[in-house]
Amino acid sequence: MAMQFYASPEQIMRDRSELARKGIARGRSAMVLSYADGVLFVAENLSSALHKVSEIYDRIGFAAVGRYNEFENLRRAGVRMADLNGLSYDRRDVTGRALANAFAQTLGAIFTEQSKPFEVEICVAQVGSAPEDDELYRLTYDGSVNDEPGRMAMGGQADAITGVLKSQHRPDMSLGEAVRAAVAALASVGGEGGAARTIAAHQLEVAVLDRRRVGRTFRRITGAALTALLDGDSAADVAPAPGVAKTPTVPTEEAHKPTTSAGSADLEGQADQPEA
Amino acid sequence: MFTNAGTSSFTTFLSRVAPEMLPGRRPLPPGMAADLAPHATTIVAISAVGGVVMAGDRRATMGNLIAQRDIEKVHPADAYSLVGIAGTAGIGIELMRLFQVELEHYEKIEGAMLSLDGKANRLASMIRGNLGAAMQGLAVIPLFAGFDLAASDPATAGRIFSFDVTGGPYGETGYDAIGSGSLFAKSALKKRYRAGISLDEAVRLAVEALYDAADDDTATGGPDLTRRIYPVVMTASADGTHRLTDAETATIAEAVVAARMENPGG
Repeated sequence: MAMQFYASPEQIMRDRSELARKGIARGRSAMVLSYADGVLFVAENLSSALHKVSEIYDRIGFAAVGRYNEFENLRRAGVRMADLNGLSYDRRDVTGRALANAFAQTLGAIFTEQSKPFEVEICVAQVGSAPEDDELYRLTYDGSVNDEPGRMAMGGQADAITGVLKSQHRPDMSLGEAVRAAVAALASVGGEGGAARTIAAHQLEVAVLDRRRVGRTFRRITGAALTALLDGDSAADVAPAPGVAKTPTVPTEEAHKPTTSAGSADLEGQADQPEA
Repeated sequence: MFTNAGTSSFTTFLSRVAPEMLPGRRPLPPGMAADLAPHATTIVAISAVGGVVMAGDRRATMGNLIAQRDIEKVHPADAYSLVGIAGTAGIGIELMRLFQVELEHYEKIEGAMLSLDGKANRLASMIRGNLGAAMQGLAVIPLFAGFDLAASDPATAGRIFSFDVTGGPYGETGYDAIGSGSLFAKSALKKRYRAGISLDEAVRLAVEALYDAADDDTATGGPDLTRRIYPVVMTASADGTHRLTDAETATIAEAVVAARMENPGG
């Protein structure tokens, strides 16, 4: 009689974890951190079309590392869920916590039920009215959720990067300081002989959730604006990217009303507003 | 239900997971329902150099009654387009919200905005979905206008699309109006509109046209000086959509009323 092949549950889980961890560690890193005027996403990404960082909803962003098709599937699911809830209830009722929970359920179910776990690590970030109100959730391949204190790094050599980031990060940093600190942390690993690398602007994907805006707060920072930030041009700290409104909107007098549309609140009343 | 590879369209997604949230999918008992709900009235849109203006009066009526004095019928559809709603108010607002989510959803999923024609076609199919209800008197007709980011000449990038209960869209040249007072608004615009006007002139023209509509149509509300309720005026240009503040529309509306004191016919 043929013996039934037996593997203990511990062994199966260990093997799956190992597979997922190896897959994630091969990829380039991404990080998310709070700064004075919002939440900053920085990812090392050679492609300008396949994003690791994206918008989910008005005040919620998404960053991921690992296999593109797997985290893209989760991102689309997140956008669908957020838009459905926002339409059914109100735009203010879409929260990062609910999304993080939904992602955790999905990832957990895939980890235990499917033969191959998702090789991804994701971050759901929600920008608040002040850095201490920001919410960063780290979700790993097995569905576990962690609430991170104002900064986090994911991907290959995340521990080393987190160490560097932790020593430099302050919640009251300006955008320029935050971008330079993040890029320095990314560049601190992977160089020859343990030396720091240089990462050019075109290898970076940078975006922010700008807490000073009403409506949709997510903005990508690309091209000349990004180069200026990396070069430490102090003017760039206040001058946003082209294509972005010159001055970020603060809530206008209409802001006590519920936001009826992202387009509306975002672009109404851009005039006369103080530099934050 | 969220993770299927699926579609970039939010309404297609809804039709699979929550069809009861689509206005056109609800079974209606037979009979006319036209008098059940308030009706939103006149909207005008005018294309100008570098953009387009859309303005709507603030009245909703139910038979001979005024149901609401300060309803807002002109809204941004997304960052570069505007939508105005005439007809059954409840269904109109629901359709408009759904349309806003549809455009935003596509933009987030695909990482790029729909073209202006794509947006208009999407709205047409949503209106067509409401045909059954329209035949029972619960019609909704939108007016759609926007700044076409793909236009070769920014001066002519402001475009207007109209619809009927069976869909559309129909591209309009220069100006258009919908709603009960549209006949009078369009007649006024026919005599006053000329190609190549500036956005500021078009704003004034839109408020004038709404005054003319309110003058002859009881369902359209004119500028309400006593309650300080003025038309909603929005523009879409290369800088995005913009709603004129209450103070700005008050200034324009008061100037229009003052001019009509001299000459009631404008």
